[in-house]
Amino acid sequence: MTIQTTDIYKIAAHHRFQWEKAQDCYVILFPEGMVKLNGGAGEVLNLVNGESSITLITESLEKKFPDTPNLEKDIVGMIELALEKAWIEKVN
Amino acid sequence: MANQNNGVSSTTTTTQPLWLLAEITYRCPLHCAFCYNPTDYDKHTQNELDTKSWISVLNQARELGAAQLGISGGEPLLRDDIETIVEEAHQLGYYSNLITSGVGLTDKRIDAFKKGGLDHIQLSMHDITEEINNFITDTKTFKLKKKVAAMIKDRGYPMVLNVVIHRYNIDHIKEILEMAEALGADYVELANTQYYGWSLINRNQLMPTKEQIDHAELVTNQYRDRVGNKMKIFFVVPDYYAERPKKCMNGWGEVFMIVTANGDVLPCHSARVIPNLEFPNVKDDPIKGAWYDSPAFNKFRGDDWMKEPCRSCPEKENDLGGCRCQAFLLTGDAESADPVCSLSPNRNVIEKAVIDAQNPELQAKPIIFRTDKNSKRINEGEEKDRLADFHSVP
Ligand code: SF4
Ligand code: SF4
Repeated sequence: MTIQTTDIYKIAAHHRFQWEKAQDCYVILFPEGMVKLNGGAGEVLNLVNGESSITLITESLEKKFPDTPNLEKDIVGMIELALEKAWIEKVN
Repeated sequence: MANQNNGVSSTTTTTQPLWLLAEITYRCPLHCAFCYNPTDYDKHTQNELDTKSWISVLNQARELGAAQLGISGGEPLLRDDIETIVEEAHQLGYYSNLITSGVGLTDKRIDAFKKGGLDHIQLSMHDITEEINNFITDTKTFKLKKKVAAMIKDRGYPMVLNVVIHRYNIDHIKEILEMAEALGADYVELANTQYYGWSLINRNQLMPTKEQIDHAELVTNQYRDRVGNKMKIFFVVPDYYAERPKKCMNGWGEVFMIVTANGDVLPCHSARVIPNLEFPNVKDDPIKGAWYDSPAFNKFRGDDWMKEPCRSCPEKENDLGGCRCQAFLLTGDAESADPVCSLSPNRNVIEKAVIDAQNPELQAKPIIFRTDKNSKRINEGEEKDRLADFHSVP
């Protein structure tokens, strides 16, 4: 699937995304499973809210991490992975 | 999943219990021949933890990092405080799962679970035929299962079906998957019987042949290719026919913590079969200490405890020597390699088990169903010979 910057995604049904204090990271929880997300992946999914487009997510993260080059490419890569794993669903 | 800790020394750990399994009661209206509950469970049905204690368990384990909660049994719905427990679990941020036979699930209760924030319900199914469902569970529950499946679906829950596979249903895998698909299942777990508790003493009656398993796996793979992601199908292979053991519980005291009906804290469901290990109990011990400091949890952490051939085995990270309970039950030595391993000096016990399970004379012995009465009889020493046939004496 090709990802457009206008795409909007949300966390998939039956999945929960949350911060885990004890693990010090974001996780995805679903039936029989739990995946710990590394820093970058967690930051991206934290902005996947059923409202923000990829463009908007990119802008927010560029503000938050102004020194990281090529953010959009990483973000799209992360979205691709999350889609493949069925952690997120396309809204629009 | 946390799995970075295979080489720790036996007294410290950096692992966290990510999964809490609450075996909340051993009472059950079903009498499954393959039940993995301990055969002596009747000892633990009188002294169940109360609601307040469970809430404390949930809080303590969450603090340590547990995020997945399984509420099982027995049949958890026999307790009338599941609503309260579910609500508390949700408040604390658990992803919670009710593991049930469906008996006792009413519209009123499922609505309360939904409102309280229960995340999913895992329903056990047995077969497409009423006859086998009712035979293997020793109850008339076939029609109820379908009704409950519809209730689960209707509330917008993911439909997670668990089917324990044995000689009586293994040749119906295709039909079972068709039924699951028709019910709208999102996940189906085809779990080949593992031989612990009741299933161990009924092994000769339950174990399918290698050909049956290979065929079932083939059918499953074909079905999976056809339905794709729409219905996720897991096929849990039976270890007796494997060359290497399973990495049991993903390692002793690595990610799973079980709290039993009477409050024992265990690294795996059947850990109490191992003699001379004293398990902590939530009535006396805080969960943190149980997980990090108790001798029982540290006993088989990492690989310091290993003997040969495991100790110097280049594959030890893969399976950590297999299942400690199975090693004890079948060889009499909990520190030996899981006898499933082809490198184990005790592999012959597995080979014998496979041969025995094909012996018509042994197959014809009656199944001992999981009932309170049978558990009492076992506790009184009445089935000594039957138990001795399956448990190695150290
Ligand atoms: S396996 Fe059967 S008998 Fe055992 S707890 Fe589950 S439903 Fe009850
Ligand atoms: S010898 Fe022990 S560690 Fe090696 S594969 Fe067999 S069970 Fe695993």
